[in-house]
Amino acid sequence: MATDQRHLSEIFKTEYSNLVAVLCNYYGLSDLQLAEDIVSETFVRAMKTWSHKGVPDAPQAWLRKVAQNLFVEHFRRQKVFDEKIVPDIKIGLSATEPFEITTRLIEDSQLRMMFVLCDPALNKEAQVCMALRILCGFSIEEIALALLSNKEAINKKLYRAKKVIQQKKRFETELSPTEYQQRLDGVLRILYLLFNEGYYSSVNEQSIRFDICWEAMRLVLFLSRQDVFPKPATHALLALMCFHASRLEARIDGEHGDMLYDHQDKTRWNRELIAKGEQYLALASTGKVATKYHLEAAIAYWHTVENDEKWEHILQLYNRLLRVEYSPVIAMNRTYALAKANSVEEALEQAHQLNLPNNHYYYCLLAELYRMQHQLDQERMCLHKALLLARKKNEVALIKAKIAQNAT
Amino acid sequence: MKDFMMLFHSAPNPDLNPTPEQIQEEVKAWHDWIGGIGAQGKLKNPGEALGFEGKTMHADGTITDGPYAELKEIVGGFIIVSAGSVEEAIALGKGCPVLNDGGKVEVRDIMVFEGM
Repeated sequence: MATDQRHLSEIFKTEYSNLVAVLCNYYGLSDLQLAEDIVSETFVRAMKTWSHKGVPDAPQAWLRKVAQNLFVEHFRRQKVFDEKIVPDIKIGLSATEPFEITTRLIEDSQLRMMFVLCDPALNKEAQVCMALRILCGFSIEEIALALLSNKEAINKKLYRAKKVIQQKKRFETELSPTEYQQRLDGVLRILYLLFNEGYYSSVNEQSIRFDICWEAMRLVLFLSRQDVFPKPATHALLALMCFHASRLEARIDGEHGDMLYDHQDKTRWNRELIAKGEQYLALASTGKVATKYHLEAAIAYWHTVENDEKWEHILQLYNRLLRVEYSPVIAMNRTYALAKANSVEEALEQAHQLNLPNNHYYYCLLAELYRMQHQLDQERMCLHKALLLARKKNEVALIKAKIAQNAT
Repeated sequence: MKDFMMLFHSAPNPDLNPTPEQIQEEVKAWHDWIGGIGAQGKLKNPGEALGFEGKTMHADGTITDGPYAELKEIVGGFIIVSAGSVEEAIALGKGCPVLNDGGKVEVRDIMVFEGM
């Protein structure tokens, strides 16, 4: 029974995004909200009918049929309304012509949806919210939980984002093949953000975090199968996700963030995913451009192996990554690699120039470097500074454990 | 924040015959140094390294061989950094590998013209 429930909730999640995508992209519904309402109504009907009569043999087909009928119904009603009240407005015939919602149709629509949602006019947070809602079919509660926010705030964000997309008539404009290719970078970036959201967030609900990571991987995998796009960057991103996902279980059980430089139990890493990561990394190694996904995937790869040269490779990859992009996380990880590859003295000297005074990870990094140098007083001071700045429960606990360790 | 270009000058050394290990060491020194500037978020442009093939054009129409004909030193490459002042940019230049071989780092501000 429990597995049945799980199975059903998965169907609802996938069909949510499938149906919204088809309604918007294939039937040309420019109103994202209306598409969502129709799909919600479909689910309500499913719940009522299935509670009484049991789940049909092909639940997906059932949902698709009902959604399609509701859509046609809506436009018939709309048509009557329009003919009587606003005779000038004509509804395109195509909109009410019944089509069968096929797998092919869903794939096309999902793809288009990804490229519409990746709108430069939306900010990063809005893009992540929209992707979780529309592409992954997460409920508002789940999104709020995943993003450490509340329902109202998420609703507001989604509302505003939908308005932007509607005002710009994104669904009505056909994207040319060149535009698809130009937007590919943006799409990959959102999927990367999405994965990181699941991977790094400190939400205790493991299932949601896992779901976000798997969903992001599913979407990248889907992109990688589309022949219209150049594939190296997509494969590199997929490799990166496989390597990271291989550590997901070990990370969550231990409640230790990567950033805190704790040693993980490598025997618990998923070898199968690591092997997949290696395959995709090999596939990604065509073409001449090393994207940031290539570099990050290569870094993640080196973390899975044990040998003497690994830290030198990791350091050089971080050096290259910093030519493409700066972020405090990259800077701190690079400094740690510097300590491992060159010397702790050199790393400490450079660490002091990073200028990240309000970042508790920064003080954790300094503490770790001092620990490596057996400067225990300095280590303790940094840990106390980190403790003042840390907010997440598991991180506070970990810092406290390190302080206790330092005292013995 | 302003942008500054760092130009690396060094004296040409025709007798230089480095071993593969020395080459690797030199490459690593440069990457580590530039990586350190990147880690501070101040690497505006990773620049380019300049090769040894080149000619120099003169006002009288003559063209001479080599980028360093008649010169005691050549520009081997450049990067662009962001810094609050020229002093800060100079501080970023500390540890530049060219300084280990008797070379120089020239730091110049990049001019910004209104409306361009």
